Amino acid sequence: MHPAPSIIFFTAASGAGYGLLVFAALAGLIGLVPVGSASGFALLLPALLLVAAGLLSSAGHLGHPERAWRAFSQWRSSWLSREGVAAVVSFVPALGLAWAWALNGRLAPLLALATILMAALTVYCTAMIYASLKPIPRWHHRLVAPVYLGLGAASGSAVGIAAAAWTGASVLPLAPLVALALLVGWGLKWRYWQSVDTQPATATTADAVALGDRGTVRLVEPPHTERNYILDEMGFRIARKHGAKLRRHALIAGLALPLVALALALLLPQVPAALLLSIGAGLALVGVAIERWLFFAEAEHLVMLYYGRESV
Amino acid sequence: MTSLPANPSAKRLGLVIDLDTCVGCQACVVHCKEWNTSSGASALSDTDPYGEAPSGAWLNRVHGFELDDSASGGCGSTVHFPRSCLHCENAACVTVCPTGASYKRAEDGIVLVDESKCIGCGLCAWACPYGAREMDRVARVMKKCTLCVDRIYNENLPVEEREPACVRTCPARARHFGDLGDPESDVSLLVAERGGVALMPELDYRPTNRYLPPRRPVPAADRPAALEPAPGGFLGWLDRLLADQP
Repeated sequence: MHPAPSIIFFTAASGAGYGLLVFAALAGLIGLVPVGSASGFALLLPALLLVAAGLLSSAGHLGHPERAWRAFSQWRSSWLSREGVAAVVSFVPALGLAWAWALNGRLAPLLALATILMAALTVYCTAMIYASLKPIPRWHHRLVAPVYLGLGAASGSAVGIAAAAWTGASVLPLAPLVALALLVGWGLKWRYWQSVDTQPATATTADAVALGDRGTVRLVEPPHTERNYILDEMGFRIARKHGAKLRRHALIAGLALPLVALALALLLPQVPAALLLSIGAGLALVGVAIERWLFFAEAEHLVMLYYGRESV
Repeated sequence: MTSLPANPSAKRLGLVIDLDTCVGCQACVVHCKEWNTSSGASALSDTDPYGEAPSGAWLNRVHGFELDDSASGGCGSTVHFPRSCLHCENAACVTVCPTGASYKRAEDGIVLVDESKCIGCGLCAWACPYGAREMDRVARVMKKCTLCVDRIYNENLPVEEREPACVRTCPARARHFGDLGDPESDVSLLVAERGGVALMPELDYRPTNRYLPPRRPVPAADRPAALEPAPGGFLGWLDRLLADQP
């Protein structure tokens, strides 16, 4: 599948934004960060900005963004519509939480819980847009939704601890939460990669043209000589060796280096620690962006069976 | 509304495509483009049509495949394979649509796009395993086969023209149009007689269209023995002369 930059940015940024909302609300509820205007602005403002930027970017690949309001109407059947509705609804408790936290210096526990719930629900809907598509076997997989949730939490909490460190909050009580999110998120991704690499093919060209019982089938005459929408959108293919290399880069940037930054930050005074954690947060986001690029680039669509791919 | 119709009629209009007789002439592709570029809400556009990288939205494509059936006693053959919307009963392209632009008609099962509601997100094309939908890069909305809904019910056309353009134009009569929900219809009887099949049924999209597989080659033992070529010229005359003698 064609890795469109607007969709990669959308899923990575909104995932991190919702992860940061969950991290902040959770840390506030447990009492790991002081509730006040400094932590409120440092934690919740970037979260809301990441979410908003992601959602705006998702409109970037639409043919008719001026009609985007119609996308809120079909939540009964469409995960894309549900995602839009959930994203808008999630702003209600999130803005309420931010208002009470940053302006009144008060943690509203019900709003914090509602924020956590709506953030998780929205990311789940985003994942289900992809996981519900049967023609793309690598997306129609039970681990896609857990990975989206896990990596949202991982990148969001890496940003969260950096923001908290700048406000002077103690990093030590937050560090286990961040380490856990990073390990779980990337652990799920690792498991997903292992699973899809050994996934048997869904269909062959012979199946696609209903001649599976007659023998083998090979494309000899494509229907057109130039590219078309189908090939541009679904004919993207990445070399296996590049895929392996990029997976390593994603793990190093997304998991290993943020963990190293986290460990070192515990030993350093506030400003260098905050600086190091910010670099770690940036790398965590880069790691998820690489992972998301691969999520598209490595996914193959069944329609390519009609265009010369022998099995998908 | 992009939910599938709750109470669909028994009528399921669709195509039956004969892979035995299709010669891959592309006439159906061209007539489809011609009809739909002039009859739809917007033209079925092309980009850079006379330039270096022409591209365009087409609703019907014919692929040429080579079938190697030597393992089952065949001698190999070319199979021309027309590919267009199958008007599935369980059409995921409809249910994934966030705006209500994509819909399936309750009265005859035809799957259509309301261009005025389409935001051009492309999700329906991703949801289709058969590649039936193509984005129109000029109108920036999704295009698909309408089963020529503007021909089949069009009372301004002579009766014989009231069938999809691709069916009307096929010189090999490899395309048939009718009600596949009616077991007694001509198309249903044809499917029963020739063992017509749905594409990738295991995906459970439940396509309406059916494909008639190529007829199996006659086994070698049943073929007539090869005749010795009759000699011509002087030897032929001599042969006939001797054959006539008692």
